Amino acid sequence: MHIQIDEIAKDFGTTTALHPVSLSIPSGALVALLGPSGSGKTTLLRILGGLEFPTSGRVMFNGQDATGLSVQERRAGFVFQSYALFRHMTVFENIAYGLRARPRASRPPKAEIDRRVRRLLDLIQLPQIATRYPTQLSGGQRQRVALARALAIEPRMLLLDEPFGALDAKVRKELRQGLRDIHDETDLTSVFVTHDQDEAMELADLVVVMSMGRIEQIGKPQDIRAKPATEFVRDFIRA
Amino acid sequence: MSDATLHKPATPARFRSATEESPAARWALIAVAVGGLALLVGAPLVIVFVEALSRGWAAAVTSLASRDAQSAIRLTLLITAIAVPMNAVFGIAAAWFITKFDFRGKAFLITLIDLPFSISPVVAGLCIVLLFGANSALGGWLVASGYPIVFAVPGIVLATVFVTFPFVARELIPVMIEQGRAEEEAALTLGATGWRTFRTVTLPNIRWALLYGTLLCTARAMGEFGAVAVVSGKIRGQTATMPITIEMFYNEYLSIAAFSMAALLTGFALLTLLLKTALELRHADALSATRRH
Repeated sequence: MHIQIDEIAKDFGTTTALHPVSLSIPSGALVALLGPSGSGKTTLLRILGGLEFPTSGRVMFNGQDATGLSVQERRAGFVFQSYALFRHMTVFENIAYGLRARPRASRPPKAEIDRRVRRLLDLIQLPQIATRYPTQLSGGQRQRVALARALAIEPRMLLLDEPFGALDAKVRKELRQGLRDIHDETDLTSVFVTHDQDEAMELADLVVVMSMGRIEQIGKPQDIRAKPATEFVRDFIRA
Repeated sequence: MSDATLHKPATPARFRSATEESPAARWALIAVAVGGLALLVGAPLVIVFVEALSRGWAAAVTSLASRDAQSAIRLTLLITAIAVPMNAVFGIAAAWFITKFDFRGKAFLITLIDLPFSISPVVAGLCIVLLFGANSALGGWLVASGYPIVFAVPGIVLATVFVTFPFVARELIPVMIEQGRAEEEAALTLGATGWRTFRTVTLPNIRWALLYGTLLCTARAMGEFGAVAVVSGKIRGQTATMPITIEMFYNEYLSIAAFSMAALLTGFALLTLLLKTALELRHADALSATRRH
C-alpha cells in the first residue's frame, strides 16, 4: 500500500513535536525513520498507526484520505518498543488476539485461527513456544512474537517502533535479517523507527533522517552516505 | 572435593552479611514486633470472642437472634452489597481516568480521591446531613417526594461510599501507572474495540489490585461507624447498622449481645482476610508472573 504523508504537523500543548512534514512511501518499501530522541520519528509513526492524530495535514493510503480513520480501521500491524505483549496470555493467545477481536461476521472459525497462528509461529521460526507466557521468553523471542501478532491481522502496513531497541547487540544483528526476510516474504509496506544509523542503512530501502520535528533528508542509504544534505545529517551518520 | 572436606576447620567461622544485625538487636526487634502485635492486635481480638462466649454459645447465638440484631446484620450486609460494587466501579473509573489520560489538575484530583481518608467520618456524615437533610432545599424536596436520604438507607449508603471511596482507586492507580498504556494500544491496533480492550487486557492486568482494594473496601464498609452514626439517626430496627447496634447494646449494659455482634463483625472481617490469603496461595504462580503486590 502506498502511503502519502501530506504536510503533517503535531503539537503537544505548547511544544511542537512535528513541523509540517511530507513524505511519500512507495508500496512494498521498507522505510527507516532515523533520528535522535525528540526528533519526532515516533510521533510520525504513531500518527500513521492512528494512535495520535495530527494537528494539521493529511495522511493518504493508496490515494484515499485516511487522516480520520480510527486506529482499528487503519489495520496497521504495530510492533511496540518494548513489544507490549499481553502478559497474562500465552504466545498463542497473543497472536490469535486480533483474529478473535474481529466482529463475528468476519471472524475466522476456530480451526482457521489455529491454523493461521501455527503458520505465523513457523514464519518466525518458533513453532514450539505456543503455550508459553511472555515472561518466559527471551528478548529476541518476544520481538518475533510481537511481529507475528502484528502480522496476524493481515495488516495493510507494518509499523515498528525501535524494534531492536531492547535487544543486545548480537541478537539485534540476527533479527535484522529476520525482519528483512519477513518483509520480503509478505511484501508489506513497512516503516520502522530507529536511532541506530547502521540499522537504518543496512536494512531500509529508503531512509528518512529526522531532527527536531523536521525531515532533514530522504534517500536511499547509499545516496545519504554519499551526499548528506545538511550538516546535521553529515554529523549524525558519521557518529 | 574430598580435599576440601578434609581440611574443613573444626569450628567453621561465622560471617555475618553486611545487612545482618547482631543477635541481640535481632531478638530485641522481634520482641518489640511480636509484643506490640500481641498487645495491640491479638489481645483485643481474643477478648472480643472471650467476652462474647463468656455465658456460652447458646447465650451468644440467642442474643444474635433478637429482632434488632437480625435487622442490624441484614442492614449492614445490604449496605456493603451496595457500597462495595459502587466503589469498585468508581475506583476503576477514577484510576482509569487518572492513569490513561494527561490533563491539567491531575495531582489535585489524586489529592481529592484521598480526601475521605483525611477527613473525619463524622464531618463527612454532617456534610451529607447538611446537603440532603430535611432542612436543605434538596433534602426538603426529596422528603416531600417520598425519597428521604438522611435517616434512611440511601444516606447510610452515601456515607459508606464516601468513607470507603479511596480503597479501590488507591490500589489501582500505582499498578496502572506502572503498566502504562502500551498493552491497551496494542489491543486497539489489533482491531479490538475500547470495551473489548478493557475486558480482555486492562481488567486481567489489574485484577489482583482490584481484588485487594475491594476486600479492604468491604471490611471497612461493614465497620464504618462515625459517618453512619450521624447520617442514620440510629433508628433501632431500621437504620442501625452492626457497629451502631454494638454501641447501643453496650450502652444498655447488654454486654453479651454487644460482644456477640462485635465477634460476628470481626468474623466477617477475618473472613475477607482469609479469602484474600486463600486466593493468594491458589494463584501464587499467576501473581509471581505479573507482580507480587
